[in-house]
Amino acid sequence: MTKHNLPLYLLFSLAILLFPFLIANEYFLTVMIVIGINALVALGLILLIGFTGQLSLCQAAFYGIGAYTTGVLSAKFSFNPWFSIAVGIVMACCLAFVLGLPALKLKGHYLAMATLGFGEIINIVFKEWGNLTGGPSGLIGIPQLALGGFMFDTDLRYYLLVWFIVLVVIAILFNLTNSRIGRGLLSIKHSEEAAASLGVAVATYKIKIFMCCAALGALGGGLYAHYITVISPEAFDVFHSIVLIIMVVTGGLTYIEGGVIGAFLFTLIPELLQAVEDYSIITYGFILLFILMFMPQGIAGLFNSGIKKIKGHLFNKVNVL
Amino acid sequence: MKELILQVKGLGKSFGGIQAVNNVSFNVEKNQIMAIIGPNGAGKTTLFNLITGFNHPDAGQKIFRGESFENAKPHEIAALGIARTFQNLSIFGNLTTCQNVMVGRHTRSKGEFFCSALGLTRVIKQEKSIRREALQFLEFVGLADKADKMAGNLPYGEQKLLETARALAIEPELLLLDEPAAGLNDKETEDMSNIIKEIQKKGTTVLLVEHDMSLVMNISDHILVLNYGVNIAVGTPEDIQKNPLVIKAYLGEELDECIA
Amino acid sequence: MALSAQIFQLLLTGITIGGIYSMVAIGFNIIYNSTDILNFAQGEFVVIGGLSAIMFHHALGLNFVLSFFLAVASVSFIGILFERSTIHFLKKPALVTLILITIAVSIILRGSAMLVWGKDSLVLEPFSSSEPLLILGAAIHSQMLWVIGIMVVVVLFLTYLFGFTLFGKALRACAINRDAAKLMGINTKAMVTLSFAMSAAIGAIAGIIITPITLMEYDRGAVLGIKGFSAAIVGGVGNSTGALVAGLMFGIIESFCAGFISSGYKDAFAFALMLLVLFVRPGGLLGKYEVE
Repeated sequence: MTKHNLPLYLLFSLAILLFPFLIANEYFLTVMIVIGINALVALGLILLIGFTGQLSLCQAAFYGIGAYTTGVLSAKFSFNPWFSIAVGIVMACCLAFVLGLPALKLKGHYLAMATLGFGEIINIVFKEWGNLTGGPSGLIGIPQLALGGFMFDTDLRYYLLVWFIVLVVIAILFNLTNSRIGRGLLSIKHSEEAAASLGVAVATYKIKIFMCCAALGALGGGLYAHYITVISPEAFDVFHSIVLIIMVVTGGLTYIEGGVIGAFLFTLIPELLQAVEDYSIITYGFILLFILMFMPQGIAGLFNSGIKKIKGHLFNKVNVL
Repeated sequence: MKELILQVKGLGKSFGGIQAVNNVSFNVEKNQIMAIIGPNGAGKTTLFNLITGFNHPDAGQKIFRGESFENAKPHEIAALGIARTFQNLSIFGNLTTCQNVMVGRHTRSKGEFFCSALGLTRVIKQEKSIRREALQFLEFVGLADKADKMAGNLPYGEQKLLETARALAIEPELLLLDEPAAGLNDKETEDMSNIIKEIQKKGTTVLLVEHDMSLVMNISDHILVLNYGVNIAVGTPEDIQKNPLVIKAYLGEELDECIA
Repeated sequence: MALSAQIFQLLLTGITIGGIYSMVAIGFNIIYNSTDILNFAQGEFVVIGGLSAIMFHHALGLNFVLSFFLAVASVSFIGILFERSTIHFLKKPALVTLILITIAVSIILRGSAMLVWGKDSLVLEPFSSSEPLLILGAAIHSQMLWVIGIMVVVVLFLTYLFGFTLFGKALRACAINRDAAKLMGINTKAMVTLSFAMSAAIGAIAGIIITPITLMEYDRGAVLGIKGFSAAIVGGVGNSTGALVAGLMFGIIESFCAGFISSGYKDAFAFALMLLVLFVRPGGLLGKYEVE
């Protein structure tokens, strides 16, 4: 966290804290919970694509691994839900390691294809391994989270839980990206050769970041499973991986805020478009295209340049005086 | 007996049947400026890539400060104290000038994922000192006033200086410069010459690949000549200028008749 | 049915489906060869080809041959529109940006297809009689022969085009070294647009010929695209012989898997094969070992 980020972060945290008390509306609370979960998953991609330049088209698969691992362990084998979420995260990290080791040696299209193939395979496993996952009809009976006697069974409690986790993760990511590690990641994105020649352990960093990305996806998946209590494979297919990409590109790939902004937008848009749901696919496509062609720095990028311009004006005025 | 900072023995590398570097051996003395010259395609950049770990040699040894480092990867070689620049500029265009050099401080700073994620005070303090140090290197090449400009927007000559500053930020004992004067005009080449001489004064050994003969003859203590991947001559600039093999390699067979 | 007959039937089914994958893969290669872009929207060309042929023939009542050509022309036009409105304007875009742009276009095309044709599977009549032919004890749908036949014609035409005409050589020159090609007076921008048009046309043909057998719906593009990519990669990206062989191979493996083993995991095998090739020999089974 830098002195630039801190005020905004605190303000945002305050707003998040006050929101349920100022707006006592069940529906909005539910939407905010889903936004928080989506933000976690999106933040993983911001780190991987925005900061390290590695394209992954299988984030929804890691989201699913988090959801299904915790779902199966807690619903079918009665494991403790928190433990199950943790196992889900570990599973995702292990799979990311196994996939990443060979895949991250590939560049551009080949890496994208490898992650695409992996995502498809995982989704097929969710659908076909019916005995474990419940198959296409889904997995039901996932228990809710509890801490001792305290049950996270109301929306308010779950909202606070999810957003507490999101705010902690955001703080961690701000710290990480404002350090030599963050610079190292950006250098990898721009030129792996130059980065290596300057002492950045390129291969190691790529794998670690890929695992972090998968872990965040799985964490989101775990929280999702224990909230919705029913999960099915369609939520974790390649199309959803692509929606996640649209989320972070629109939000602003190279900004942590971009992940949060993207999550807000792309959780709200489907809600708003419910009446014209048929148009949602084509709308997503046009949004992605528009941002890529005309606003590649995303919404967060626009804000940041806007703020710089305003600062520029302010300082100019001071100098003139 | 002068101290040898780099020893290369019998280095070889072939690519799909073409022997790019063939049994090349040479020594670099500490604190000297050594230039590697040769016609295009002579294997100079391949040699650099072999030394800095970007290509794996098929044969031969590489010894740095008395210890061999055949299997070291590029980032490990940087940590050893060998820095390099690239023929096709590899500056980080979307980072600022200062941030580019700060990446160069990577091996001289600490804190991996876990520590950095926690945002400990020492990490934050370190950020400040990394920036201070980076500015010093920018001062050295004369770019301190452009510290917060986007590196991609700098003119070509300044980008080359930036890449040099970034490599210097490693505080290397051995600096490899790949065509530092390429694309520079006379004034910029002269500035670059002076900077390289200053680098030598500070105690760093410099190994450079270069085509600009006036720069090479002006600043080098020793010159190595490569042709078709083979080491055909090594010596002082005076020796090399008079060496018939070198003349032939550059100018071709016809000159033989002229000299005869 | 006798085992040999069953095997023959599965083989022919495999070659038929594989032919489509091959054509999708060849379509990728054409664009890749002139632009270094892997077009994620390739599968949508196939879908829209099939669906528009149905529209021209049924909804507009045009005769069959005319519908065929109009459908191919429309999809080619979409390909040109795609390239001219996006890729054409970008100067030295980052690779990630290019990949995402083709993904964006694929979503737009899919969304449009859904709006125009709805979510149902639509059918086109077979090109000739719908009586199954009895060959070697197996009942073969006549459309399969059409598919295989047209595929052979397309492949032969492309081989002739790229190997023996000036145009084809110009296209290959763009792939090998765009700047040199420009210096030789080749209009590289036009070549790029043309390769999109050709690629779209081939995709459309594949879609039209397969629809009588497998029907067509708006979202088949994704799975066709991925399997086509897989074939292109296994055969060596840019290598058309490889694309042909790999596509047929995928089709045959899929057919036999569906026939003898569970059909649920059959797609997973195809993707696993692609991953294996990517990790071990990214240049493809018929390609170079190392890829830049």
